[in-house]
Amino acid sequence: MTIQIGNADISRRGFMIGAAGFTFAVASRLPLGGAAAAGKDTLLSPWVTISIDDMVAIMSPAAEMGQGSLTSLPLILAEELDADWSKVRVVVAPPNDELYKNPAFGYMYTAGSNAVTAYFKDLRRFGAQVRKVLLANAARHWAVPVGELTTEPNVVVHGKSGRRLTYGEIAAFAEVPAKAPDVAEGELKKTDQFRLIGKDVMRVELPQKVNGSAQYSIDVQVPGMLYGAVLRAPVEGAAPDAIDYGNHPIVSALSSKPAITGVVATVWLASGVLVRFVQLPYGVGVIADTPWVAFAAKDALKVTWTRTGKAWGFNSEKGLNDFAAAARDMSRPAKLWAKEGDAVAALQNAATVVESEYRNDLVYHAQMEPLNAVASVSPAGDACELWCGVQSKTIAVTVAADALKISPDKITYHDMLMGGGFGRRGHRDEEYVHDAVVLSNAVKKPVKMMWTREDDVHNGRFNPLSVHFLRAGFDASGKLIAYHHRKATDEVTAFQDPVRFGRQNGRDVIAFVGIDAPYYAIPNRLAEAVPQSSGLRTSSLRGISHLTNIFAIESFMDELARKRGVDPAVFRRDLVKTNPRALNIIDRVAHMADWGRKRDGSALGFTYMNYSGTQIALVAEAAVDRKTGVVRVPNVWTALDPGIAVQPDNIVAQTESSIVYGLGFALWERITVDDGAAQESNFYDYHVPRLNEVPQMFIEVVSTDNHPTGVGQMATPLVAPAIANALAELTGVRLRETPMSPDRVKQALG
Amino acid sequence: MAFDFKVNGKAARSDAPPSTPLLWVIREELKLSGTKFGCGTGLCGACMVHIDGKRAFSCQTQVSQVAGKAVTTIEGLSPDSSHPVQKAWLAERVPQCGYCQSGQIMSAADLLAHNPKPNRSQIVEHMSTNICRCGSYPRIVRAIERAAKEA
Repeated sequence: MTIQIGNADISRRGFMIGAAGFTFAVASRLPLGGAAAAGKDTLLSPWVTISIDDMVAIMSPAAEMGQGSLTSLPLILAEELDADWSKVRVVVAPPNDELYKNPAFGYMYTAGSNAVTAYFKDLRRFGAQVRKVLLANAARHWAVPVGELTTEPNVVVHGKSGRRLTYGEIAAFAEVPAKAPDVAEGELKKTDQFRLIGKDVMRVELPQKVNGSAQYSIDVQVPGMLYGAVLRAPVEGAAPDAIDYGNHPIVSALSSKPAITGVVATVWLASGVLVRFVQLPYGVGVIADTPWVAFAAKDALKVTWTRTGKAWGFNSEKGLNDFAAAARDMSRPAKLWAKEGDAVAALQNAATVVESEYRNDLVYHAQMEPLNAVASVSPAGDACELWCGVQSKTIAVTVAADALKISPDKITYHDMLMGGGFGRRGHRDEEYVHDAVVLSNAVKKPVKMMWTREDDVHNGRFNPLSVHFLRAGFDASGKLIAYHHRKATDEVTAFQDPVRFGRQNGRDVIAFVGIDAPYYAIPNRLAEAVPQSSGLRTSSLRGISHLTNIFAIESFMDELARKRGVDPAVFRRDLVKTNPRALNIIDRVAHMADWGRKRDGSALGFTYMNYSGTQIALVAEAAVDRKTGVVRVPNVWTALDPGIAVQPDNIVAQTESSIVYGLGFALWERITVDDGAAQESNFYDYHVPRLNEVPQMFIEVVSTDNHPTGVGQMATPLVAPAIANALAELTGVRLRETPMSPDRVKQALG
Repeated sequence: MAFDFKVNGKAARSDAPPSTPLLWVIREELKLSGTKFGCGTGLCGACMVHIDGKRAFSCQTQVSQVAGKAVTTIEGLSPDSSHPVQKAWLAERVPQCGYCQSGQIMSAADLLAHNPKPNRSQIVEHMSTNICRCGSYPRIVRAIERAAKEA
């Protein structure tokens, strides 16, 4: 098993199979460097190369940010190819939407925990097609019917004669048909025939992550490279009005006045150190020979900003009250999100109506690698080499090309690992990539542009403020007959990705998906989006819209169950009773947590959701110190059914990760905004979970024979409501706002 | 003036200004990129190295402070990922995005160097200096327990 991270180098004799069909020498379609020179006997494919040394190179189309797709996607192809995993070399696919697009999005974009879900069918088919070609070649070579042949890992076997040919041996004489063979659904392996899917393999890049050799964009070294920093406007839409170099402590030691050429002010310090300031439409760039000079020069800048941009004057505390008014006031405009039956009439006629409001503060991604990129623009400005870690590499190429007004084929792209993504690295403008490109363009030299942690917070694109107003109606028999959810939150998709927003006809999926809780059987349902426009920058974040929706929905379900005097697990069971997978997961987690047993000094809270098909239920145990308001979560139990569990241990790891992320959201994480600007700066005022704060986690992955669904973030939204529900059980007090920070808990408990 | 010190057993020299964080000297002058920049304020531990055998935040250490001292980075922990902590890290499949893991491993190696058989609460206390946003925490504990057993 070897791994190559970087552009594909397919120069050995071998053959490849195209997504659209087998083709000879299609190298011109791929930015593969020397591939075209490999010779006319090299058959190329976008997905697989089998070399005469029996190595199998498989393209991995998704971006790796810790979730494991770099391994699990090629493994799915290798399964149907019947490849020997120890001979597989994973190659990161180059930016090419036509060949490697995520079928769920239509371009190369890794998000929404859908990589395995979306690529699964195609990867199996591609693997099966290559296997068929190998079988056909072996049959012709031995002059036997293809039906007499089988495969073992990397070997075609003729059982009758005992003859064997390795894939590499076949590659040496293989003829490739003009059209890829058809593969019928029934020709794919049955679940019980899997040799790789469902068996844990070592993630391909993990060995590099224990010895410091894993390469992120921040690690890139380019000869002659300079260092860039950028001071961005605190509010989107603002611009530098006045830049006071005179008050700059570094510049005050000048040996000369700044020399200004176009947007670049060149300053020689008395020490002989050169600093260049680059005026940008949205801020000021700094370029220096070393990162410490670049950061110091940026930190000391005094800039007056134009009051352009909408968010000036916005205060998050006051804003949340305004959002609440919009959510509660039925006369205020709303967009219909989902409707079933007539919830308004049902609520009017209901025997009992329950109303509740829930609020959520702004949340910051806090990926461990502060955003950065390296760009090297050619002296003529007509080409650019780019190193970055992004959730969409084709967007990154477009961003660089657009910034330079050149065509995308002039961008040489280097794919780097991401030090965390969590939804922060897939915006249509990928602005930190843009920063690197424009700085490099200003000096026509390679520039490593780095944001500091403070920049990363101040330039943050946060999970937006939201207020949820929910109403439920019961009939006289106690049956839940109506559900109404109005969510007021800032628009996300329009800011994050206007292209996608347009394609979705203005339906803001990132902000609102899931508010209707469609998996709960309630005859009358109304879900309304109440989009707000504070002007704050917004983003998807781990858990997407569900992060806040599920805090509201699962807290509300708990309130309803309590109101009816029904056990919260039983209450949910009743709402999913036609879905055996959901019932199984609910029962499973109840059993794991010993749900019926009362705890001494602590209590349990129950939650469930159907997250894009993944069935997941979570129970949290919580305790509280009434004097300080500090909440402790000693244990969390989770059961999930994601269909076929492609890499079970990695699913456990992703679920542990999701729980920790959800814990931070539940208890501590909060960005406050005043006059449009984020007030927090670093880990001293933005609290993310540490080891001494995380619970014991008990996780069961239930693999079922269903199409695989997401695993990268499914537990995250359940943690906060599970804790709130446990605290309600323990104290009788309902916490309705995230984070449930000590000050708020203390106040709520009186 | 230049500062002379050792990095991973080899002589190193930097003529960066005295207050320059060691982190940047290691990363950008010495080109040892395994030590990571996470917060610049000694709060996350991504920059953790060993100085004269004890862990230290390289972002909070000025280059002038290591003159004459011996610095070990993740690249110098072992030549072939064979340090018991590194082996345990792979066996327990700890890393996810991996960005914080050099610092985690350096912290863990420091713990075991001074306390070869730590109990769980000692592990938790020692490792709470380091943030992992991917939440690999349960595996970090397991890996340290494994390394302590197998070392």
